[in-house]
Amino acid sequence: MALLEIKNLHARVNDREILKGIDLSVNSGEVHAIMGPNGSGKSTLAQVLAGRELYQVTGGEVLYNGKDLLEMAPEDRAREGIFLAFQYPVEIPGVSNMYFLKAALNTIRKNQGLAELDAMDFLSLVREKMARMKMDQTLLNRPVNTGFSGGEKKRNEIFQMAVLEPRLAILDETDSGLDIDALKLVASGVNSMRGPERAMIVVTHYQRLLNEIVPDFVHVLAEGRIVKSGGKELALELEQGGYASLGVYDEAEAVGKA
Amino acid sequence: MTSAVSEQIWVQALREAALERFQQLGFPTTHEEEWRFTNVAPIAKFFKMGQALPPASSIPDAARAHLAQHAQFNLNPFAALNTAYFRDITFHQVLRGAVLEDPIHITYQAQLNQTQHPRTLILVGPNAQCAIVESYLGPGQHFTNAVTEIVVGEGAVVDHYKVQRESLEAFHVHTLHATLGRSANFSSHSISLGGALVRNDANVTLSEGAEATLNGLYIAAGRQHVDNHTQIDHARPHGTSHELYKGILDGHATAVFNGRIIVRKDAQKTDSKQTNKNLVLSGDAVINTKPELQILADDVRCTHGATIGQLDSEAMFYLQSRGIGAREARDLLTYAFAQDILDRIKVSGLRRELETELFRKFHERVE
Repeated sequence: MALLEIKNLHARVNDREILKGIDLSVNSGEVHAIMGPNGSGKSTLAQVLAGRELYQVTGGEVLYNGKDLLEMAPEDRAREGIFLAFQYPVEIPGVSNMYFLKAALNTIRKNQGLAELDAMDFLSLVREKMARMKMDQTLLNRPVNTGFSGGEKKRNEIFQMAVLEPRLAILDETDSGLDIDALKLVASGVNSMRGPERAMIVVTHYQRLLNEIVPDFVHVLAEGRIVKSGGKELALELEQGGYASLGVYDEAEAVGKA
Repeated sequence: MTSAVSEQIWVQALREAALERFQQLGFPTTHEEEWRFTNVAPIAKFFKMGQALPPASSIPDAARAHLAQHAQFNLNPFAALNTAYFRDITFHQVLRGAVLEDPIHITYQAQLNQTQHPRTLILVGPNAQCAIVESYLGPGQHFTNAVTEIVVGEGAVVDHYKVQRESLEAFHVHTLHATLGRSANFSSHSISLGGALVRNDANVTLSEGAEATLNGLYIAAGRQHVDNHTQIDHARPHGTSHELYKGILDGHATAVFNGRIIVRKDAQKTDSKQTNKNLVLSGDAVINTKPELQILADDVRCTHGATIGQLDSEAMFYLQSRGIGAREARDLLTYAFAQDILDRIKVSGLRRELETELFRKFHERVE
């Protein structure tokens, strides 16, 4: 049984249909890349899987670990092991990063029947993981993402992922706004978490992230549908020929050509 | 005539004048602009008129020149009532140049079913420094009608806190008036948590080069009503004022924020900023917010802004996407909204106490 099974998924925001029938199957241990031009629906798919209410699912189904994912609240999805690394991590003034992450980790541990970590155990756990992401420990005492640089926010997402150890990680444009050094750091953080028990969906516009996080499968999304699937070589094809080589355009360009 | 007798006559005359003024003014009605959104009829009903004036209190000589000179009762019926009926005054004098290490703590504990008129006068000498914490507590139904006068001498630095934690059935009216000398620095933080019907007036008058900060946090739920009126009077040039009031409203709570800023004709180079932010958690809560700028000078900088909003849905989703339940996420964000007022509290014991209390309060609210 696949860890994630998406069947004919349709979703809209306001009156605009964005996902127009997505089919995708992801097994544990696999890394799937979802590529596509701007406006193709990549981020919508990521947010729908994490349970953002802004998007209304109008058709299809999603099974996660055999359960109906679309019936679950966002926090229940997280407790069952789904993690979304946000394209734009949200600043939350007044809530410390430490309090936030400890609350998140303990909720998830509780759901797994594990004992909650006390402050000392939590600190020793996060220190090691912060060091790996080359993050300054003072970030723990700062409010969530508040005053973080773009790169710090993205590293913070991957750091959270390392602490929460999800079964299915969805990385939404994790490469955007990162210079090459930061990109390599983030990618090595992600790669260190690859394993047979974990699946990843890497959403990206550009191929460069996939040089660092090499996917097992690549899917090209256009106008709300997957128009082509293949192995990692598909990403290289796109790198050389661009989306146009597949007859796929940015939404704005597509309008121009119509 | 002995000084005790002369004092008695003086206080008696003050009380009689105040009572007479109150009788002329009466309890305010909602036809008056200052009281448009706050109906004090329940207080008028609770209050027993016709009581004898209390015996003369012992007023220290140093207090005599200032008592009732700052919080004037001409236009304020509650200040008039307090002046007629207060029993004792809480009086502190901080001498010229003195720096108090520990805050002056003043606690007023109201009695059930009673009316009390707490009266505070604090004189801070030139270049002195101190912090003042006023706490108001009290069980069940009662009426607290407090007046606080603070005189901040030239170059003095005063950090004032007023924490109101009376019962949810209490009537609470508080009038603060601070008069600032040249280059004085005064900040006041008003934390309003309890009370069924609450009205706070915080008034500051600035001399040349003085700086005033007024911060406030009001949290109301159920059928609580909280009205904050502030008045910052830039009477002389080169004054600076900052004001940040934040409110959290749930249930059927109603709140009022009215921020008046006066810049007198010769108060050139005044720099004033006022902000009022409200977090409204229920569709039935109501906030009336109004800036009121009276600017008579032409070379000044005055800004004001008010916001009324709900919890940020993106922040909610972010917390939930990490496994934090919707209720806890709501608590956390509500607490976070209050946090920047708490962060401004410099008396660390008080800050920690309020942090713990608010954290618990928001948590229990949703249980």
